[in-house]
Amino acid sequence: MKKTLGAVAAAAAIALSLSACGGSAPASSEAKGEINYWLWDANQLPAYQQCADDFTKANPDIKVKITQRGWDDYWTTLTNGFVAGTAPDVFTNHLSKYPEYAAKKQLLSLDDAVAKDGIKLDSYTKGLPELWVGQDGKRYGLPKDWDTVGLFYNKAMTDSAGLTAGQMANLDWNPKDGGSYELAIAHLTVDKNGKRGDEAGFDKNNVAVYGLGLAGGGSGQGQTEWSFLTATTGWTATDKNPWGTKFNYDDPRFQESIAWWAGLIDKGYMPKLETTVGASLADNFGAGKAAINTTGDWLIGQYQSYKGVETAFAPTPKGPEGKRASMFNGLADSIWAGTKNPAASVKWVEYLGSTACQDVVASKAVVFPAITTSADKAAEAFKAKGTDVSAFTTHVKDSTTFLFPIADKAAKVDGIMKPAMDAVLAGKKPASSLTEANSQVNALFK
Amino acid sequence: MTTITKLPDPVAGGSKHPQRGKTPRPGRGRRLGDLRIALLFILPAMVGFVAFFLIPTIRGIYLSFTEYSVLGDPTWIGTKNYTAIFADELFWNAMAVTLQYVGLNIGFQTVIALGLALLMHRVAKSTLIRGALLLPFLVANVIVALLWFWMLDYQIGIVNEIINWFGLPRIAFFGSEQWAIPTIAGVNVWRHMGYTALLIFAGLQSIPSHVYEVASLDGASQTRTFWSITMPLLRPVLVLVLVVTVIGSFQVFDTVAVTTGGGPINASRVIQMYIYQKAFGESDFGYASALSVILFVILALVAFIQMKFLKGNESDLD
Repeated sequence: MKKTLGAVAAAAAIALSLSACGGSAPASSEAKGEINYWLWDANQLPAYQQCADDFTKANPDIKVKITQRGWDDYWTTLTNGFVAGTAPDVFTNHLSKYPEYAAKKQLLSLDDAVAKDGIKLDSYTKGLPELWVGQDGKRYGLPKDWDTVGLFYNKAMTDSAGLTAGQMANLDWNPKDGGSYELAIAHLTVDKNGKRGDEAGFDKNNVAVYGLGLAGGGSGQGQTEWSFLTATTGWTATDKNPWGTKFNYDDPRFQESIAWWAGLIDKGYMPKLETTVGASLADNFGAGKAAINTTGDWLIGQYQSYKGVETAFAPTPKGPEGKRASMFNGLADSIWAGTKNPAASVKWVEYLGSTACQDVVASKAVVFPAITTSADKAAEAFKAKGTDVSAFTTHVKDSTTFLFPIADKAAKVDGIMKPAMDAVLAGKKPASSLTEANSQVNALFK
Repeated sequence: MTTITKLPDPVAGGSKHPQRGKTPRPGRGRRLGDLRIALLFILPAMVGFVAFFLIPTIRGIYLSFTEYSVLGDPTWIGTKNYTAIFADELFWNAMAVTLQYVGLNIGFQTVIALGLALLMHRVAKSTLIRGALLLPFLVANVIVALLWFWMLDYQIGIVNEIINWFGLPRIAFFGSEQWAIPTIAGVNVWRHMGYTALLIFAGLQSIPSHVYEVASLDGASQTRTFWSITMPLLRPVLVLVLVVTVIGSFQVFDTVAVTTGGGPINASRVIQMYIYQKAFGESDFGYASALSVILFVILALVAFIQMKFLKGNESDLD
């Protein structure tokens, strides 16, 4: 209750500041002073700190203050900052969040800046810049990086199971029997007595090593959990992307795939959902409790940091039609509409989206920058560290990526889909119950 | 209070202007003078009350009739939020979950606290032991929640290690639908029982010892004394403790927020968690305000019923 009063005052303040700057970049004002920049990934902080230092060296009048916050706190603090007038001038933005901010007029459009400063949008990896054009046709972010999903596996375990790297890289999957992907998972599962998941006498209630780790139900996107499987069946989350208004969780292809995935728990190949609360997928992998994890390339560094565990990477399995699929997610830097320093903010965003900064990020070998040439440099930097990242780049090379489903009301969709997916995964409801959840989701858009 | 209200009368009577005696004007002037002083004294508290309670409450009630996303202006939509809430399965689920939590939390907490208070009163007279009972209460709620979250972890928690050591199957305390609410209730019982015991203990100390002497002279047994002397005379304190703890219990949030976040599925999505989710997760502040107003009405009713039927404002000592 107490917050509402503050919110009123702050909302009034925001209204004033909004009308003052009118929502588009007044390029005439001078580019100097201090700007605040937020990001959530601690692994990327050193790279961007160096970008900020280089930037200040080139523009001595502008200081950049970087703040890193964990994912969970990041978005609530940001929203509160919009209301209270304390949001950062520039921040790392996510595809699931920016539609709402754009609709609420919290983001500065970058079209003028892009036109005036001649930003070459085609230097970015194909498809990325378009993701940041809102429903109103305005551009709200410059791409900074992209990610794809792959299989992270424990090399010692696949070796002892007799699975070669070549086999792991050429798994196939279908929703009926799971293909060689399920066979590998079953074979990598080991119970307390040392019996493998595909052997007679396997005790599914006392599993020592699960073939496949589980992070959670994946909510409505399942980016790292199931989207790389469902997409190979031809299924898409929405009628069109971006800005879909009709969701397809009632599609039999989707429900069949989810039923197969949830079925792994019953077979004892994947841990129960209830054991994932408070647990970390990566840490369980590091502790040798799972042989394969499906997750995104931004975690390569973390998976390699576990002592005594050799992590190898394989591309996601091929689907029924012989093609792989991976969600293609990209981050961008956006400017808050309430910034007191739009000129300096634009300059910083342009620098973040430039080859100069993205090459620095590439050299740290943590993520793949959005600029194509920088991404190549990142792949080389990974290689220099002894990491083969072709499992992730192959999707871009073979154009087997599909875009993160961008839609309005993402938080509400999430509010419905997370419990619905969890219920299926917990075995409490059948996959067909997602039809009901789907009509609830679609009702949001009526 | 009595002196202030009675004061004007003798003054008016002893007025130096008896010819204008039928007009009580001087008296009224004096009353108004007192009013001014009184207002002056009330003012600081009044400012706080108006600024931090009255206005936010009224604004909250107003917002409950609007659609409001913080980043825009509220639009009036009448009672639409309320009709939507009554058709909202998640609201009814939240109420059921909250009631389950309150039942478990208050039931165990009150019984354990009463037992502890009796022990403090009769057996453990050392200040050290009495102080130790309060220790969990001195730790911040979120810290307590996280501490238990780790201790009860499915894979690496010490509790599950012990359970496993005994050869029993591990329990997903926060992860399974059956266990989530009892676990959260248990954590909060652990934190609050010492404090609640202290309140009851103060009540026990206020019972005069002569009634116990009379009871023992009459040859009443220990159990009989407890039910016929201690409990009835403790009732006003117990009612106060219950009103305060039940209201506090309905507002459980932090323990849920830092552990299960409302899951698994919807098993621990208590009403405050649901309000938070609607407001700060889905930017639906109008709907969340309406939920808050409903919670406010429920709590007011609960407090009223408790005071009315348990006669919390009377003591059997009179």
